[in-house]
Amino acid sequence: MTENATSVRSDRVSAVRDAAQRIRHHVLDMGEVQGQGYVGQALGVADLLAVSYADQLRFRADDPHWNERDRFLLSTGHYAIGLYAALAEAGVIPVEELETYGSDDSRLPMSGMASYTPGMEISGGSLGHGLTVAVGIALGLRLQANPARVFTFISDGELDEGSTWEAAMGAHHHRLGNLIVMVDMNALQADGKTESVLGIEPAHEKWASFGWFTQRVDGNDVAALLDAFDRAAARAEPEGTPAVILCDTRIGRGVPLLEQREKAHFMRIDEDEWQVCREQLTAGYAGSVNA
Amino acid sequence: MTTVKDGAVRAPRLKTSAMIASFADPGQKTAPAPFGHALAALAETDPRIVGLSADLSKYTDMHVFAKAHPDRFFQMGMAEQLLFGTAAGMAETGLVPFASTYSVFAARRAYDFICLDIAEPNLNVNIVGGLPGLTTGYGPSHQATEDVAIFRGMPNLTIVDPCDSLDLEQAVPQLAAHDGPTYLRLLRGNVPTVLDEYDYEFELGKAKVVRPGNDAVFVSSGLMTMRALQAAEALAAHKVDVAVVHAPTLKPFDEETVLAELDTPRLGVTLENHTVVGGLFETVASALVRRGITRRVVPIGLPDAFLDAGALPTLHDRYGLSKAAIVDTVLGELR
Repeated sequence: MTENATSVRSDRVSAVRDAAQRIRHHVLDMGEVQGQGYVGQALGVADLLAVSYADQLRFRADDPHWNERDRFLLSTGHYAIGLYAALAEAGVIPVEELETYGSDDSRLPMSGMASYTPGMEISGGSLGHGLTVAVGIALGLRLQANPARVFTFISDGELDEGSTWEAAMGAHHHRLGNLIVMVDMNALQADGKTESVLGIEPAHEKWASFGWFTQRVDGNDVAALLDAFDRAAARAEPEGTPAVILCDTRIGRGVPLLEQREKAHFMRIDEDEWQVCREQLTAGYAGSVNA
Repeated sequence: MTTVKDGAVRAPRLKTSAMIASFADPGQKTAPAPFGHALAALAETDPRIVGLSADLSKYTDMHVFAKAHPDRFFQMGMAEQLLFGTAAGMAETGLVPFASTYSVFAARRAYDFICLDIAEPNLNVNIVGGLPGLTTGYGPSHQATEDVAIFRGMPNLTIVDPCDSLDLEQAVPQLAAHDGPTYLRLLRGNVPTVLDEYDYEFELGKAKVVRPGNDAVFVSSGLMTMRALQAAEALAAHKVDVAVVHAPTLKPFDEETVLAELDTPRLGVTLENHTVVGGLFETVASALVRRGITRRVVPIGLPDAFLDAGALPTLHDRYGLSKAAIVDTVLGELR
């Protein structure tokens, strides 16, 4: 790598890490409004969302329906808290609106729905749907010679659903090289650890055997994520091999109080803990930047 | 006549026909694959039209479209959840998909995908279901006897139950033009042509009085309108004058036209190729009650049961859908 390229890459890493930090703060602020919620998951995937919105996606913040935008599909509807934070960071929705999260008449419902929120491409929530819709969008874009790519966010729990594998087969069969899937491998489902609910490993081998360009990375390592997305994006073309990035993430990432708490799908956080969470997030980030 | 081992003599038993068999009567005027030809013709002028199927293109007449427009046909494999999720995604990009499978698989297997990915965002996806009601002798795995009951509760979804080839040909462009999801109860293969004998045009959302009559009013949809017209002819020989109202759009339902016909002293009868639970009969009944109209209506339809396997003519007789069974039912009511 040349000196210039090294510096460009270092700038990208810094920009994404800064964006992820802001996303995490937004998530805590939104979580406090509800007093609970999918805060742990959202903190876990903040780096993934930041890589997507601060680095990879082509979009126009003031024109969410721009025809050539890269699509970002959130299949895991309850992760909406994370995506709202990312959309605010991206300038698609105003930061001030985040405090309406989950309130009556808000554009930011608890589970993400396309009809409510600018930038929300699909209504997720019934898990295992997102990748099937992504296949259709990728096919439709290609048929109309639209160069946009389809980024699709799914969770490891959604690998339980047969429809996800129908779509995995379909995407390969139809050679959807414009499709990039990220899987949040946080190893946790509603009833407990993913491996105790329904074993999905070896996940890498499963995707590879379905014909996908498969990578598995630390989903909280921004540099590693950027490399993985760059590799996937470099291969992206209208007709080719679809790409999947399995991202091992840590629930509550960035807030030791939550990282160490017994893992829960729906995390309860006491009133006096929110400020502690924010302080830990700020201190941890300052420490990591200075280190 | 066949002699069997014990020496008894009985009529030869009809055999379950192959899946591709037509329910047309012998010698009846038919048109081949009217849906497939109509869709292929529409695609000539509308570049948004795409076709998809879940390993049943040959059995839903989608193969006609696929042959005419190979670049716009997408084989999704025997994967109905993917079929409808994909159709939703294509509609999100501005295309107008027609996605075909059997009605049983659309209604029972892919409901969640149709409901949340297509109906909730109100996308222009047209669901094409083959073998609606009792149009195959293969038994409950293939007989979609409750598809309308399943789909009627789905907001935004328009449900169409065409009678014949004419209905299908005229419906296809109107379904594509309709801004929202539709479910079409497909008749495929050599489909009878019936309504060309009457002053009739398909209009999405409208019921039409196809035949006037003074003694009884038939309200029917789907292939039962063909049977209703045949039964009406037969009943004329019994001095019973029957009106026939064809209501191919089951949802939203044309209450004005249908209730105006039923709110008379004539014998009211509904005829549907569907269980009497949750279909045309209950649609009519709830409309009557809501308007405080007290009229008895005789339901002709399939029983609330899993049906037998066998030959279609046998089964239509057994479950009361045949012309002869309709005539018997009506004469019994008037006696």
